[in-house]
Amino acid sequence: MSEEPEHLVKSFDADLKRLRGLLTQMGGILENQMALAAKAIMDLDGPAATAAVEEDPKVDALEREAEQFVIRMLALRQPVAGDLRQIVAALKITGELERIGDYAANVAKRSIVLAQFSMPYSLAGLAHMASLVQQHLKTIIDAIGESDADKAVEVWRSDQIVDDMYNAIFRELITYMMEDPRNITPCTHLLFIAKNLERIGDHETNIAEMVYYAVKGDVLPDARPKGNSAAYAVVRPKE
Amino acid sequence: MSETMSEQTASFGGVQARAGGPINEARIAIRNLDFYYGSNRALKSINLDLPDKQVTGMIGPSGCGKSTLLRTLNRMYDLYPGQRATGEAMMDGENIIAPDVDLNALRAKIGMVFQKPTPFPMTIYDNIAFGVKLHERLSKSAMDERVEWSLTRAALWEEVKDRLNTSAMGLSGGQQQRLCIARTIAVRPEVILFDEPTSALDPISTLKVEELIDELKHDFTIAIVTHNMQQAARCADQVAFFYLGEMVEVDTAAKMFTAPQQRRTQEYITGRFG
Repeated sequence: MSEEPEHLVKSFDADLKRLRGLLTQMGGILENQMALAAKAIMDLDGPAATAAVEEDPKVDALEREAEQFVIRMLALRQPVAGDLRQIVAALKITGELERIGDYAANVAKRSIVLAQFSMPYSLAGLAHMASLVQQHLKTIIDAIGESDADKAVEVWRSDQIVDDMYNAIFRELITYMMEDPRNITPCTHLLFIAKNLERIGDHETNIAEMVYYAVKGDVLPDARPKGNSAAYAVVRPKE
Repeated sequence: MSETMSEQTASFGGVQARAGGPINEARIAIRNLDFYYGSNRALKSINLDLPDKQVTGMIGPSGCGKSTLLRTLNRMYDLYPGQRATGEAMMDGENIIAPDVDLNALRAKIGMVFQKPTPFPMTIYDNIAFGVKLHERLSKSAMDERVEWSLTRAALWEEVKDRLNTSAMGLSGGQQQRLCIARTIAVRPEVILFDEPTSALDPISTLKVEELIDELKHDFTIAIVTHNMQQAARCADQVAFFYLGEMVEVDTAAKMFTAPQQRRTQEYITGRFG
């Protein structure tokens, strides 16, 4: 919608710009937080983990600010059509971004616990998943900043890969736990980390749907195929 | 997430339902209507249905033709030489812009309320009775009943019942406008045209008139021209956007104010015109 002509009341454009700025600012902090959290798991890097956790209150504060700002705009501007969609979407997107921040902080916290265990297996799968989720985060934040529905659709479609990776990691970790009960504690933490990353992917998808609605005035055509079948996986010990 | 999105759609659907849900059958069907002020073509091939017992809001910048269309529908233009309409506006199987239409009968069927309250310089009672007498012969008691009925429907009865024989000029602006609405419905029309009915009124009187329109649509087909977008959003079931003599887009109010299809509509209603 950036190619639209300006409002006759210029301060309305300034408000919309500021709202978008708040979202991209939140997005910037989240990208950094995600990068720190990913580093914290891969390298079991304590300081990175602490730094990731410390980013969280900043995201929360921005969420509150964006919320207040949206309420003010709704009351004072009485937006309609594209403006209304953009402002309502912004309100919902801040909530999604805030949740992403929570999950990223949780991932970082668990890495601190993981550092106490020896893990004789590769975390490459998890690393790949984390980097994918980070990549999607960057794309979706660009989509917010540029009101780009195509980028939003790109993220919406590619979350399937994140789900598939989560399922693979889920099975892998279960195997480790069955092999040796001493793996249960670290693998449970890893499982939560993978689940958190998968949830971040879902929130990115939600944002994609909102960006699409804000830009196009229409909901995305069909329900995204759900790939997360881990919920149905059953573990049966040998008899 | 798909669940959340469908909830979102459902809530927008809720707004649509409040605004009357589906659009009814046409009470007046306008087809290929052109209007000329001399050689100036002010309306260009208008196609629009006024749905039965629903409110059609007409919006658009000044000079876009929305008031012209309203004036066309009860043949106001017949008073002015050099103004003419071509095309069709079908009501009850009759083209109401055809030259042989009985104007008195037409205007009894299609009433109009103007921007500025226009009470006659006579008593409140006579303001209502005046129009009725042109069309019907009623006994004194039947006329009393009709006056009370109209004033009650126009939400004015309680305020004026003790001073029916005082001058209508002593009423406030909002009361005068409701008196004009009462006068219009007193002849029991089928369609009521409102030309910016609240632009001269204070916010409370405006809301009273809007509430009244909401009430009246149970019995009448209504078209309202307004410059107030929020008013169109609040009152109308369907909204038509006019620009430079053309009807650019018509849709349910819910759709027009959340996701209009035409770029010009979007730019106008979001205040980007110019």
